[in-house]
Amino acid sequence: MLTLRRFFATLGPGVLWLAMFLIVPIAIMFGYSLLTRTDLAQVGGPLTLESWGRVFGYDALFREWVPDNLRVLGRSVLIAGFSTLLCILMGYPLAFYIARQPARRKSFLLLLLIIPFWTNFLIRVYAWILILRPFDLVPSLTATFLGMVYAFLPFFVLPVYSSVEKVDWRLLEAAQDLGASPVKAFMAAVFPQTLPGLIAGILLTFIPALGTFVVSDILGGAKTALIGNLVQNQFGQAGDWPYGSALSFLLMGAVLVGLWLYARSAGQKGLEELI
Amino acid sequence: MIRRTHPALSAWAWLVYGFLYLPILVLIIFSFNDSKFGATWAGFTTKWYGVLLAREDVREALTNTLLVALSSTLISTVLGTLVGLGLWRYSTRFRLPLTFLLVTPIVIPDVVMGVSLLMFYSLVRGGLELTGWTFENGFWTVMFAHVTFQISYVALTVRSRLAGYDRSLEEAARDLGASSVQSFLRVILPLALPGVLAGALLAFTLSLDDFVVTYFTSGSGFRTLPVLIYTSVKKGVTPDINALSTLLVLFTVVAIVAANAIMRPRAGRGGDS
Repeated sequence: MLTLRRFFATLGPGVLWLAMFLIVPIAIMFGYSLLTRTDLAQVGGPLTLESWGRVFGYDALFREWVPDNLRVLGRSVLIAGFSTLLCILMGYPLAFYIARQPARRKSFLLLLLIIPFWTNFLIRVYAWILILRPFDLVPSLTATFLGMVYAFLPFFVLPVYSSVEKVDWRLLEAAQDLGASPVKAFMAAVFPQTLPGLIAGILLTFIPALGTFVVSDILGGAKTALIGNLVQNQFGQAGDWPYGSALSFLLMGAVLVGLWLYARSAGQKGLEELI
Repeated sequence: MIRRTHPALSAWAWLVYGFLYLPILVLIIFSFNDSKFGATWAGFTTKWYGVLLAREDVREALTNTLLVALSSTLISTVLGTLVGLGLWRYSTRFRLPLTFLLVTPIVIPDVVMGVSLLMFYSLVRGGLELTGWTFENGFWTVMFAHVTFQISYVALTVRSRLAGYDRSLEEAARDLGASSVQSFLRVILPLALPGVLAGALLAFTLSLDDFVVTYFTSGSGFRTLPVLIYTSVKKGVTPDINALSTLLVLFTVVAIVAANAIMRPRAGRGGDS
């Protein structure tokens, strides 16, 4: 049993830290989203839903419906989604290749995969400037995709690999013995076994790709291309914290809905295995 | 176990590895390029490394980065280990909310964490000014922010390390006459130690790597290496940044190979995955 005394001896300090530096700031962010911008990065009363209106496309100043933000969110979802798709195409076969090597070679290949993964994120993004600049591809959408896939691919491969590792290959043989074509046998006997890893990999790629502003900022050019850039801009040049706060909630909401859908299908264990 | 891999699968795998290493190779090559505008090869030089080492701001950013990483790792390892142990040791009906609390810093976009902390600090500063105290965003604000995202990784790594052990181990130690502190130090901590070390290593790397949260919480006078690289890249690419990046890549490779050697045979995160 967890008594109060035990709580403060173990979980307590960490939980209080997270309450203070995570939950309170998010609550404050919610408060800011209800305020009005008075001057650059200054906020004041009265409480208003104006920023939330703007997030969902209602421009209070001109009293009209301008769904630009929803378009940015839609574009962010599309770009993150397409980047994730590229990660699947590149990474799913790679996970199988690694998983089916002899043990020594396997750990070498994993090490080779982890090195770029642990290399500084900004350096990984920056390196693409060097490659793409001679082709006049910086800034461009192509550069953004390349940077996204490059930055997030190892996040995808590692969870997929750990579920491919556990695949029971006897099922594949059984399916083939029963006359299934190789493709059909794979889809029926192997693919479902890799599904937990695949879903975890998709989430671990899609979520950071949806929230990033660094990749599109350095490789993509346009300032408000993605929702992450739009948020950053509100806390930088635009200096509109209430609007930025409301946009952050939109971004966070999009992420949490995705996770909720995942948690519902995978349960608590799945949620914990995600990390 | 079938060890056969289709030639097409091997070819694909090596193409992907090529994709992963191409930018790193290009970076290293261009850090030795004797040309101010790196697109063409103008001969071999090591002068950019000299330029880099002479830069005061680079040395300062390196010091800042290491100070933040070391202190935040220390705090988060202590707090995270305790959380991991508590989660493993005690059953509570708050299990699901606790898991959610721990997963949140990992899954929310880092830009959201960054801007919410920015507003939090500015509000705290406003409150403190009323009492005559004040502070600037800098080392402390960045360090506290890093601890916030590190705790979860440490806690979950420690708990996954302990997952296989029976919770009654501690009771057994107590029955044999150990005090609660003794049983913690002599029985539980040694069991958890590989997880604690793996968690600390992960936390340290996350701190070194972080740009977004640092960017929003650092104010104008305090820069870490990722923030310095970002501002340099925004101003235009200079070859000494290639040299800096190359050094950081080499550092990463050495650190990973060393960590891998220490934690053999179970490489990677958590030790059990």
